[in-house]
Amino acid sequence: MPFPTVHEPKDESKKCIQPEDEMRRNHMKYILHERDETMHEGIRGEPEGLSNCIDCHVEPGDNGEIAGIESKEHFCNACHQYAAVQIDCFQCHADRPQKYIKRDEHSSSLHQQLQQTLAASETSAKGVNQ
Amino acid sequence: MKKSENTTDTTATNASRRDFLAKAAVVGTVTIAPGVLLHQAARAATAEVEVEVVEVIELDAEPDKNTSRSTRPLDQEVSDKNRWGMLIDTNKCARGCTSCVDACNEANGLEGKTGPQDTQYIRKVTLKSKSTGHETSLPLMCQHCESAPCVDVCPTGASFIRADGIALVDRHICIGCRYCMMACPYKARSFVHEDIKNQKLSAPRGKGTVEACNLCVTRVDHGGLPACVEACTAENHNAMIFGDLKDPNSPISIELRKYGGKQLRSDLALNTGVRYQGLNE
Repeated sequence: MPFPTVHEPKDESKKCIQPEDEMRRNHMKYILHERDETMHEGIRGEPEGLSNCIDCHVEPGDNGEIAGIESKEHFCNACHQYAAVQIDCFQCHADRPQKYIKRDEHSSSLHQQLQQTLAASETSAKGVNQ
Repeated sequence: MKKSENTTDTTATNASRRDFLAKAAVVGTVTIAPGVLLHQAARAATAEVEVEVVEVIELDAEPDKNTSRSTRPLDQEVSDKNRWGMLIDTNKCARGCTSCVDACNEANGLEGKTGPQDTQYIRKVTLKSKSTGHETSLPLMCQHCESAPCVDVCPTGASFIRADGIALVDRHICIGCRYCMMACPYKARSFVHEDIKNQKLSAPRGKGTVEACNLCVTRVDHGGLPACVEACTAENHNAMIFGDLKDPNSPISIELRKYGGKQLRSDLALNTGVRYQGLNE
């Protein structure tokens, strides 16, 4: 498996909250701490939040499209796939900044499958009736 | 006279003063003596008539009752100095209007489906009195109880009441057992059965966890209003008031002190944060 290429923010004036090697080793601790504080104590807007990571590190690629969390182009998934460490964050959280979230794409894959199965069974039922 | 002005108030805001008064007089006549003067009223409505002004009652615009908001700096933790709640006047809640539900779906990125397995944070319910048959339309959502059954039964501590009275599910530790859904007397909670994509940034939600109305906690923390309250006010129904129940000077507390409010299933003594007015038998 090739060593991952990690997307660097295009705006080079942006600086991460901690040095790179610190973040590489301990980013999950920062996120976890922020998570519980926000959830239970309502502390918001701290720079350690997951959405802040996403805001800088997830940007449209050269083709203008955002690579989703399934893709190894995604900032988080690039390393996590390489290290074979599964992340569950994005089962609930948005994998891209708010401005790139398209609401019309909002339908679950299972729901789509269900619709397709229903449509298929309807056609076959019609066939039986005829 | 006052009644007639109330009736025409919404329709005649842009009409000239003279038209307004003429209409007011006409409506007044019809209301007072239906049948007898209907014929004259119909004629008067089409013809230009001179009306003698007897008395003009200026109606004040309804004051904004949603002024009680969070002023907590976001780097400080929530405290029990506040308790956020809601007061719903069912007499003002229009039958057939779903603007609160639509706003909730939009704000939380819900699909708006209403099947038994689908997520609904808020839904419109019609209550019918068994004794009189009187029907009441109201929005029903998590009642943000102080002694919440969902918290009592949660095996992991995922269901909790935040210090300022908002009932939440910490979905990081929710195992999806759905005990809370069975315990809730208001059927306020839903389970996510399917993978979800393109969630709202401010409303993370995902498969295998339970979710419910969170009183739009992110908006509230930023000093805003729950989406449903905002929509109801924008619709000019003003049936929902949001505010701090612990602040005696907040509009919601004043309203409750003046006119009272009922808890749904008050027999369970849950001390709900959502109160209702106009629930008549």
